Amino acid sequence: MASSGLSAEQHRPVPFYRNVKVLAVLAQIAFLVLIILLFWILYSNMIRGLRIANIPLDFGFLDDTAGFAIGETSIAYQPADTYARAFAVGVVNTLRVAGLGIILATILGTIVGIGRLSNNWLLRNVAAAYVAIFRNTPLLVQLIFWYIAVIRRLPRVRNAWGINGVILASNRGLAVAWPAAAESYRTWEPWLWMGLVIGVLAFVARRWQLARMDRPGSALPHAFLAAGLTVLIGALIVFATTGTLPLTIGQPVLGGFNFTGGAVLSPEFFALLLGLTIYTAAFIAEVVRGGIQSVNKGQVEAARALGLSPSQTLRLVIFPQALRVIIPPMTNQYLNLTKNSSLGVAVAFPDMFNVSSTIINQSGRSVQMFALIMASYLSVSLLTSLLMNLYNNRIRLVER
Amino acid sequence: MSTTEVSPTALKPPQSSVNVVTLLRQNLFNGWINSLITVVLGWLVITVLYQVVNWVFTDATWAPIVTNLRLFWVGRYPETVLWRVQACLALVLLLFGLSGGLWGGVVRAVASGLAALMVLLALLPFGGGMRLYLAGTALLLGAGFVGGLRFPRLLRWPTIMLWLLSPLIVILLIRGFVTWSVIPFVDTGLWGGLLLTIFLAVVGIVASFPLGVLLALGRRSKLPVVKGFCVAYIELIRGVPLITVLFMAMLMLPLFLPPHVRVDNLVRVLVAITLFSAAYLAENVRGGLQSVPNGQVEAARALGLNVFQSTVLIVLPQALRAVIPAIVGQFISLFKDTSLVSLVGLTELFGIARGVIEQPEWITVTGGVQREVLIFVGLIYWIFCFSMAQISRRIETRLGVGTR
Repeated sequence: MASSGLSAEQHRPVPFYRNVKVLAVLAQIAFLVLIILLFWILYSNMIRGLRIANIPLDFGFLDDTAGFAIGETSIAYQPADTYARAFAVGVVNTLRVAGLGIILATILGTIVGIGRLSNNWLLRNVAAAYVAIFRNTPLLVQLIFWYIAVIRRLPRVRNAWGINGVILASNRGLAVAWPAAAESYRTWEPWLWMGLVIGVLAFVARRWQLARMDRPGSALPHAFLAAGLTVLIGALIVFATTGTLPLTIGQPVLGGFNFTGGAVLSPEFFALLLGLTIYTAAFIAEVVRGGIQSVNKGQVEAARALGLSPSQTLRLVIFPQALRVIIPPMTNQYLNLTKNSSLGVAVAFPDMFNVSSTIINQSGRSVQMFALIMASYLSVSLLTSLLMNLYNNRIRLVER
Repeated sequence: MSTTEVSPTALKPPQSSVNVVTLLRQNLFNGWINSLITVVLGWLVITVLYQVVNWVFTDATWAPIVTNLRLFWVGRYPETVLWRVQACLALVLLLFGLSGGLWGGVVRAVASGLAALMVLLALLPFGGGMRLYLAGTALLLGAGFVGGLRFPRLLRWPTIMLWLLSPLIVILLIRGFVTWSVIPFVDTGLWGGLLLTIFLAVVGIVASFPLGVLLALGRRSKLPVVKGFCVAYIELIRGVPLITVLFMAMLMLPLFLPPHVRVDNLVRVLVAITLFSAAYLAENVRGGLQSVPNGQVEAARALGLNVFQSTVLIVLPQALRAVIPAIVGQFISLFKDTSLVSLVGLTELFGIARGVIEQPEWITVTGGVQREVLIFVGLIYWIFCFSMAQISRRIETRLGVGTR
């Protein structure tokens, strides 16, 4: 048979230049050598350049005094603090605007996305126009527009728009009523911790109870109820003993040249938040719409046949299924929003990138700072991906 | 064949009751929630529209745009050699006309759209020979269209060759030659406005294409070193914002090069945009590669094609065809992202806008002219992005992505 001829041929050793395994190893070695050579050239150039400019390549400079002021700080910071501290302020600011932006953009985007599928002609078209307008213009243009053409041109503090004591908008930013700690807050603090403990206990207990009854359901409502009740009772007891409530509502009112009381968003933060929210919401709306449309029409019909109302159908049938399609692109949008927050540099918002570029200008340590920036963005991206993947695994269709 | 008998007792189809009242009731006022939404939203839309229209026609100062129109189109490109930009535009329009005549479908729709745009622009009250020029380009486009339609066999290859050569022609014509006085050199620092925006976006997507395809192939490679490198590159670039890459190119590129090499600012930005865009393109192409069934590769191998041949001749054509809409989408986002280069000192469309806002002439205008300028620039971006999105959608339906 022919197989004997074949086996005779197989006995002849394959020359190394025809051997796929050897070739693969050789190709990788060649690739590696090329890459290393490229990096070595770049690196040696860089070292030479840095030596000429007399800039050391270490992170010791982070302990030097920063010496510049930052307009908006969430953690304590003075110009006398170190560069490391200044960078930390930037990181916190980035996280603050990104976190708030993600929440607001999700809410607005979901509303617009559902609106695009409404049977109300006006709502449907307004939502479509919203998406068409804000998706197709650059974020930077929108951001600058909100900053210099809208917020900066709001009336002066004296003639601020809005309801005194609740919400006021002026060219100094947006002031909203916000809870503030009263004198008796300290005595109330233990109750907060107790509320947390009781909440966790209630969660565990309810979980166990549900498992024993072999019923589906979430233990979260019970946990929140228990924790909330504890905290509320604590507040009442504090009120009964000290005579003041632990929290007061800080109301923004006009006083002198600026607002007093309440929480004030600076014009820069407000502009960045507004821009990021409105821009990203347009993309999220498309994600939500795609997710809802991916749900089989039979599901809706079955739900209606079972007598569920339209809102119940949306909440109990469509959304849980759409969520599986929505989560991965939604993660992308969250990551985009976080990365886009670096455009705060255009409206002088001191986010991580803005603070870093100030540090670069002052210290000349561009290599180290860029390494730091990239590492920070990468870890934020990885963290967000990780959280969203965990959530995705939880809601994924469990196949038996 | 016999026609079906209609029995006289059969009911007639119900009269479609299309009248305004029922239409309104069905679409706007079915249920009290919907009625409420309609009323509130309607009031809002009418107020906003009224305010905007009122502002556009009475309060707005459009003078800064009218007087700086040339800045918006080409930046500080010298007026005496402006014909070179005009020639480039004419060439591209001619090519679109020829292609529209030669090939139907989306290309034809794009060509018609461009012709309509040119006619529309020619009707606007521009001064001097501008209107004549615009009308001329529209005629040229039309001539190309008719030519392509009439002599498809004669013009097909010249058109393709001209398309392939056009980037080189355009760049050389706009940049000029240091030693040749007929087409003198124009410093890249003078390029600006819409010209620079389009230039950045087109060069960015074209230059990143080969790199992106290589990265995508590398990511699917069986060689761990190559794969690892490509994954690291793609994820690193996709993890950081474009603005960091741009700043890095501006501040650090000189550091990585030998001391005597001076790099033009435009080139630095182009390197940054290309490296950035390649990572995103790689992910798009990877999606296309994954959509090619394994049987295609196996069949290619069975026919005796080697790895290189099967990749270039079998896999890539199918993969790239499937990702055309995604690539158009990426082009749109790149087009929008070019606005970021104004932050590193280049005067593309948005950079020009910021410059015009700061011009001292408009200080007397109460509150400044930010709104007018930004809305005008936003509108230009919007027209480009929106029409490209429509094109992408048409390509998508033609390719039948998702329906096959």
